[in-house]
Amino acid sequence: MNEPLIHVQDLVQRIGSQDILRGLTLDLFPGETLVLLGKSGGGKSVFLRHLIGLMPPVSGSIVFEGQEITKLGERELESVRRKIGMLFQDGALFDSMNVFDNVAFPLRERGERNPAVVREKVAQSLAMVNMAGHDQKMPVNLSGGMRKRVALARAIISPPDVILYDEPTAGLDPIVSDSINRLIRRLQREIRVTSLVVTHDLISCNHIADRVALLDGGRIHFLGTLSELRETRDPVVRDFVDGRSGETVY
Amino acid sequence: MQILSFFQGLLSSLLTSLGELAILAWETICSIARGRVRVWLTLRQIAEIGFGSQLVVVVTGAFTGAVFTAQAYFQFASLNMETAVGPVVALSMFRELGPALTGLMVAGRVGAAMTAEIGTMKVTQQIDALRALAVNPVDYLVVPRALAMFISMPLLVVECVGLGVLASYYVGVHVLNINGVYFFANVQKWTEGSDIMMSLIKGFVFGGLIVFISCREGLRAKDGAVGVGRATTATVVTSSLAILIANFFLTMALNILFPAGQR
Repeated sequence: MNEPLIHVQDLVQRIGSQDILRGLTLDLFPGETLVLLGKSGGGKSVFLRHLIGLMPPVSGSIVFEGQEITKLGERELESVRRKIGMLFQDGALFDSMNVFDNVAFPLRERGERNPAVVREKVAQSLAMVNMAGHDQKMPVNLSGGMRKRVALARAIISPPDVILYDEPTAGLDPIVSDSINRLIRRLQREIRVTSLVVTHDLISCNHIADRVALLDGGRIHFLGTLSELRETRDPVVRDFVDGRSGETVY
Repeated sequence: MQILSFFQGLLSSLLTSLGELAILAWETICSIARGRVRVWLTLRQIAEIGFGSQLVVVVTGAFTGAVFTAQAYFQFASLNMETAVGPVVALSMFRELGPALTGLMVAGRVGAAMTAEIGTMKVTQQIDALRALAVNPVDYLVVPRALAMFISMPLLVVECVGLGVLASYYVGVHVLNINGVYFFANVQKWTEGSDIMMSLIKGFVFGGLIVFISCREGLRAKDGAVGVGRATTATVVTSSLAILIANFFLTMALNILFPAGQR
């Protein structure tokens, strides 16, 4: 395999007295879709926030395109963040702006002043996520799935090298979840984007994953392909995949 | 021992807050100096802070001037010094009441709204989204508000003082029958450019206090809606106290530059 695009080594994070990440090591290769599975509250979203510099680790290293990013300041991180898009769990759309302005936001912030170009690119982005015709709506008037799709349109309008998805299908019905999964696949195909998808949705994982990692106890417990995931006899992985809590019912 | 550790904690949190405020102010000034100014957002904030605060500032200034005139008249009339009412009210409005009252009103109206808006953005991950899109929250949220506040506050203070003096003239001359010519002549005689400067400087400083306290509280908000409510309350209380405390020290310092009673 070629050089990793993102190399994470021994990442440690502690919040209060709780150890969230205990030496997490993971590589993300160009063009792949890696699905990171794990229990709710297991530190998956926290890990994702480190990759874009939203949270500094206690220790460990994250190298993106050969550059160590954990030591960078807020201003220095801006160049990294232009190459990494992130889809937040609830979209994190700007609620004072309509859909059009939300999607146009990264373009305008990067200096695009031509209204015709902005209009055209916003229309393309919204069409890509099947949200054409909703551009004048305010975020408060959108459903959960629509918000996520608009957030995705915002993340891809200036095509990034990497997209980080934080629970893209959480709380959505199976049909909307399927459309989001197809969208992730389509983005990988059409704009060759590298994706890291944090989820505990195994159906979604089966649709989109090239490789799968399982986060347990603050470390990567399993890393392999989908078929390796299905075949493994590791009890932790099996419990997760088969949905066994291990608790006894009296 | 417990009392000692309580005061130690209080002092430590006060110093931390002052440090964070200083850092935010410094980052904002650096951003402005480097030209990271969004003109359209700044204009919108000027409309919100300056134009939107007109009514509350005008009413506060006018009625403070009116009631102060009435009280001063009731005291001075017994000494046959009615014509001194004008300069007393004008000087008080310029040097103290105008800036302080405008500051308190703007802290309540604009400061609270700023904290609520930025705090809501914080707890709904919108500020994280800004950062993820390579937009610095200080550049995008604080700089336009700070510039708008620095432009608007001195103008609002002028408006408050102006309306206060006009209301004083109206109540003094038309309601309490003070001689209008003497009233006006005495106001002119005892009010100087330095009083106006003092008023403007105080307005500028109070504007800075309000904007940095409000933005800091908003950027630190956590724990959802309850946290935003807590931050908003903290903004109003802290800004108001900061204005009243700063007013004393500014008065003492500015009196060295612009001494009162030297005519």
